[in-house]
Amino acid sequence: MKKLLSIKYVVVSILILLGIWQLAFTVSDYSSALFPSPLMAIQALGEMIADGTLIASIAASMYRFVIGYGLSVLIAVFLGLILGSLPKVFNYVNPSLQLLRPISPTAWMPFVVLLFGIGDLPAIVIIFIAAFFPVLLSTVSAVSKIDDMYFRVADNFGIRQPQLMWKVILPAAFPQIANAVHLALGSAWIFLVAGEMVGAQSGLGFQIIDARNNIRADILLATILVIGLIGLLLDFLIGLLEKRILKAWGGEQ
Amino acid sequence: MSYIHIENAGKTFIQNGAQFTALSDVNLDIEKGEFICLLGPSGCGKSTLLNAIAGFDPVNHGSVKIDGNEVTAPSTKNVTIFQNYGLLPWRTVIKNVELGLESKGIDKKRRKEIAKEYLKLVKLENFANSFPRQLSGGMKQRVAIARALAVEPDIIFMDEPFGALDAITRMKLQDDILDICKNEKKTIIFVTHDIEEAVYLADRIVVMTPNPGKVRGVITVPIHHFRDRTSGDFLLIRDKIFDLLQMKVEEDIEYTI
Repeated sequence: MKKLLSIKYVVVSILILLGIWQLAFTVSDYSSALFPSPLMAIQALGEMIADGTLIASIAASMYRFVIGYGLSVLIAVFLGLILGSLPKVFNYVNPSLQLLRPISPTAWMPFVVLLFGIGDLPAIVIIFIAAFFPVLLSTVSAVSKIDDMYFRVADNFGIRQPQLMWKVILPAAFPQIANAVHLALGSAWIFLVAGEMVGAQSGLGFQIIDARNNIRADILLATILVIGLIGLLLDFLIGLLEKRILKAWGGEQ
Repeated sequence: MSYIHIENAGKTFIQNGAQFTALSDVNLDIEKGEFICLLGPSGCGKSTLLNAIAGFDPVNHGSVKIDGNEVTAPSTKNVTIFQNYGLLPWRTVIKNVELGLESKGIDKKRRKEIAKEYLKLVKLENFANSFPRQLSGGMKQRVAIARALAVEPDIIFMDEPFGALDAITRMKLQDDILDICKNEKKTIIFVTHDIEEAVYLADRIVVMTPNPGKVRGVITVPIHHFRDRTSGDFLLIRDKIFDLLQMKVEEDIEYTI
């Protein structure tokens, strides 16, 4: 019943969005080549699926995303666990992190393109940066907030490093780390498109630039729709994973 | 020398630039197999003394020796049970009980057998695969007791272990712990602020008072387990403790005319 209700909400919500779009199309004076209707965008979507460009773009983007986001999360969690366990070292690292953190990943873009050229790497680097700082800082804070009692229990039962890390520290900090990894996925996806718009010759972000250059607003909007849909899907999948892991952890439900 | 030998033990902290004495000049001897209660109001240093003997927070004056060795760090031979259970929420009940066995290099199959055996002892064998959050407070503390016993410790330290439980569950667990102790013959050092609990459980009660934390007196309880909480002997011991804590109403009034 709950599931049915939520499907109802999704359908109505999307229909309202499309309705507003259609209404804007109907009342506006723009040429339909510049501002297409929902139907035209969906036809363009069909065209992209038929000629295979959509699949190729998604594949190129997903490749960069998986590598950039995956590496970023792995390295950030690993470093976070170490820095979280060494608060004295973290005191020296933290000011630099705080300096780098507020810089938009896109600000690095020209520099990255200068260094690595056009291709997969700039987009991967941008995604990496976008996910890295929030995951790292959350992991450090999660480790520093672990209840001292767990360490006493570990000490009492003779559990020392490296076992302490994976028997106590990682699991105790895990729920908060999982939450940060989930949130970082959204921002990594956002910056993937930005990265590809500047630094790549393929992928969904590039397809937006390409559509603009060919004045194909219908393809442009169709691509935007696809980006939104994939973002939604990724968020849903990692949400499922997070729930499942937390359940196995016995911490929350 | 006795099994646990505490001599002139004291603990001071520097707090906001001023020296604060949490524990002062404690002398105490504990024999193997004794059930000792450290009793007193909050701030009397009973937990400080327990943490010092358990090795979490050694004293900085005098000495605390177990079996002739100065205590400087926690030992796997002595296990502490905490008020908030200290269970790892991401592990199932049986995996929690196995925790202490893992660093002893016991193989997986044997670990499971031992854990099952002790879960049976605390009557939780049917909850082996549950997570701690699915258990009541009393059950969680029984898991912690099983986990402590599984490593076959010499001494069990208990820091207000039943403090978070309701009165009825607490009484049941008091009986359980006595039952287990009778069979396992462990030395137990038990911190509490509940006078009745101390009289019910202990062979000897160490009564402590605050400002600075020190031992006011040691009372031997010469009654057999299991004790009747309403018997005359029981009340007599309680009376002695009230006396030591100076909580009795002054009865004799002096007249000077």
